[in-house]
Amino acid sequence: MPEPIKFIIDGKECTAEPGQTIYEAAKANGVYIPVLCHFEGLKPVGSCRICSVRVNGRWMAACTQPVAPGMVVENHTTEVEEYRRALIEMLFVEGNHFCPACEKSGNCELQALAYRYQIMVPGFPYLFPKKDIEAFPKFLLEHNRCVQCRRCIRAIQTPDGKKIFDMKNRSGRVRINVDRKLAAKLSEEEAQKAMDICPVGAILKKEVGFRIPIGKRKYDKKPIGSEIEESK
Amino acid sequence: MNKPVIATASLAGCFGCHMSFLDIDERILDLIELVEFDKSPIDDIKKFSRPVDIGLIEGGCCNSENVEVLRYFRKNCKILVSVGECAVMGGLPAMRNTIPLRECLEEAYLNSPTVAPEDRLIPADEDIPILLDRVYPCHEIVKIDYFLPGCPPSADLIWEALTALIQGKPLRLEYDLVKYD
Repeated sequence: MPEPIKFIIDGKECTAEPGQTIYEAAKANGVYIPVLCHFEGLKPVGSCRICSVRVNGRWMAACTQPVAPGMVVENHTTEVEEYRRALIEMLFVEGNHFCPACEKSGNCELQALAYRYQIMVPGFPYLFPKKDIEAFPKFLLEHNRCVQCRRCIRAIQTPDGKKIFDMKNRSGRVRINVDRKLAAKLSEEEAQKAMDICPVGAILKKEVGFRIPIGKRKYDKKPIGSEIEESK
Repeated sequence: MNKPVIATASLAGCFGCHMSFLDIDERILDLIELVEFDKSPIDDIKKFSRPVDIGLIEGGCCNSENVEVLRYFRKNCKILVSVGECAVMGGLPAMRNTIPLRECLEEAYLNSPTVAPEDRLIPADEDIPILLDRVYPCHEIVKIDYFLPGCPPSADLIWEALTALIQGKPLRLEYDLVKYD
């Protein structure tokens, strides 16, 4: 068995298995590093940067960076947390996030992160961009709420490995594009999986909604990440 | 010592936040011991009669009258609080922000199937407040000191925040009090 790697997060000595990313190793050591675009079991892409940490003075994405021996990671420091907070605030003003009218509210990871960071109002002006809603036989695609995390692209494929979701355009005009023919063949289960994999309310399965009552939703009582922090 | 004075207003809102405020139930008896009300829809006082300590604003700004009232509040209140999603970010009225104003008016007053042909007219009387190009959150018009999100913010959140402000204590809000919906 290979030697475990020793490294430090916020002064706490941690160990990692070779090949583990900073996020995975931190989780195994009971340290929560917030993530948004990353999802357990999917190949990390490091696109949202919410998991940014400072490693030996340099910014790195904890979801993609493998642990190396002797790393000194800053996670829960004022500077790092303020940086993440600003990223979350920017996501709120860049889209049209009307939480009261969204059926993902209470189960939304973006909202849960904002709760965790106690954001009462974003520090940036709202942009109110013009975005649309697309309808497919089994689901809706709400571009107003999409944060371009690319989880759906990575997770949802046809049995023969074709992608149903993909990216279109670049930079500020980037958006999720759907293969209409393949989307029409999507099963109920896969549509549900697409909705569950979406961290926000951008992919919504049709003909169900507001199934879980207020008070029993995922982030109603406990902050996101508390299950990791309570594991140690 | 005089009691702290509070005032409230509903701009482009639905009065839901005021209803939630009244949801403090029997604590309203404590509240009248703690504070006095000035300009507010609750007591129907239309003009400020004295300097106010805490102003609670529900709703964002969708027309010229909202802006006028908000500035009037800022001028007369030491602390101004945005209460609810509409005040904080525009809320549901701000759903029109991605549609040009002319299109909104044409849809409502000219092209809507429920408008009779002889009634097709966009209101433009000088007594009617002028609609703004979009709905503005309150803090984009005047300086706002505190924000209470929620649609509506729960009675407990309003109570906790208000009593802390009255007593000059820092706001320490429990996790399950602050919700955006």
